[in-house]
Amino acid sequence: MEFISIFDVIGPNMIGPSSSHTAGAASMALLARKIFKPSVPAFVRFTLYGSFAKTYKGHGTDKALLGGIMGFSPDDERIRDSFRIAEETGFRYEFTVDEKTETEHANTADIFMDDGNGYTFQVRGVSVGGGKIKLTKFNDIDVDFTGEYSALIVRQIDRPGVAAHITKCLAEANVNIAFMDLFREDKGETAYTVIQSDEAIPEYVVKEIAQFDKIENVKLVQI
Amino acid sequence: MDFKNGKELLGLCSEHGVPISEIMLRREIAETENKREDILMRLKVSLEIMDRSTKSSIQDPIRSIGGLIGGEAKKVMESDKKLCGPLLTKAIAYSQSVLEVNATMGLIVAAPTAGSSGVVPGALFALAEENAMDEDAMLHALLNAGAVGYLFMRNASVAGAEGGCQAEVGAASAMAASAVTEMLGGTAEECLNSAAFAISNILGLVCDPIAGLVESPCQSRNAIGVTNAYTAAQLSLAGITHPVPFDEMVDSMLAVGKSLPMELRETALGGCACTPTGCDLACRIFG
Repeated sequence: MEFISIFDVIGPNMIGPSSSHTAGAASMALLARKIFKPSVPAFVRFTLYGSFAKTYKGHGTDKALLGGIMGFSPDDERIRDSFRIAEETGFRYEFTVDEKTETEHANTADIFMDDGNGYTFQVRGVSVGGGKIKLTKFNDIDVDFTGEYSALIVRQIDRPGVAAHITKCLAEANVNIAFMDLFREDKGETAYTVIQSDEAIPEYVVKEIAQFDKIENVKLVQI
Repeated sequence: MDFKNGKELLGLCSEHGVPISEIMLRREIAETENKREDILMRLKVSLEIMDRSTKSSIQDPIRSIGGLIGGEAKKVMESDKKLCGPLLTKAIAYSQSVLEVNATMGLIVAAPTAGSSGVVPGALFALAEENAMDEDAMLHALLNAGAVGYLFMRNASVAGAEGGCQAEVGAASAMAASAVTEMLGGTAEECLNSAAFAISNILGLVCDPIAGLVESPCQSRNAIGVTNAYTAAQLSLAGITHPVPFDEMVDSMLAVGKSLPMELRETALGGCACTPTGCDLACRIFG
């Protein structure tokens, strides 16, 4: 059983009104922003599904998503004013409501990010309750990523030797792997390896892992 | 140092000769390897947020996003008809303020949830202020409340979608009842006895938010939560014992929650939400 801390009971500290519809929404957008790094989104499109689509207005889900993508954490009081802040800073965004598409979870949003220089990335966020969230899609590939640990996200061509290269680099950097998952759509196509660690992952590992011709991109997400 | 239920918690309290709050703190230290000072420092931040959220809507009321609440805390505090006396009136006003802060996208501490976030701070701050208790007493009260809340999370649920309002305001009320009992010098047994009274008094309460929003009847249910917490603690401190032990009441709350129909578990399809007025309000809010 997962450890329940005093701060899981007396907490989270959050902007109301709803842990799932407000705090969770801010968290998933903030995590999307972290994954998009080092690029910074210049334009973002949010697509809301399920209960998010039906009740986002009353729960401030839109303000929370917009705040999160601008870098506000779920306890940041600027969330209340995120539309005004976006306008003042010239941040471009769009909200689409999709009440027809069935999603696996009730509180789901797709977050499409564009850096304005041709790089785009889309994640699907799910708010699973109590402010906890996970990402279930990177572009079109099904993943399972909570962002609770420091993580490396490696985009690669699905070929032999990639996993061995990654683990060798991590072993040399003395990084202890807590979880390692491979997500792929089809054999031989684009795949993602997600490595999560209990400790901070040093930045130089990113460059070392990237030096392999089947690896397209390496991202470091520090907690 | 970990405990799985109330019985084990009481065993640890007796073995080490310390109150529930101290066992909860030692558990946190042992399991997270964080320092005592760091944990207490982080709890102080929670306490400060609670302090602000119990007061800000009394000073500066704002209408909620859905428009169903706003200004109640100030009205209770300023009413010249103080039926409940200074302590309970203040506790009710404080609990209302937190729900107003929450419903206007302000900063709150979920305790254990956003919908029940007024109960623990309302009960604790009113008691501490009326009796000139210090910050240390408040921090221990939060740890005590945390121990009880943890047992609800571990052995039942604190989600309205799973257990109805009894799981949210009910659990919050039991947490507050136990914390208040420790603040007033009650034993660990008396704390869990208070919690047993609190949850049994509120057993079966449904979650039926109008328009699906954390506004009404959530706000006034938080007032019931603090009132129930004080009542339960008063019974326990007077030496009255609930015939059913705390752990069995936790199990019972979960069983009752499971037997509640889906319409009465946060779906806004039953209770207050599906009255003709509740439906009209939902239509007006969402157009």
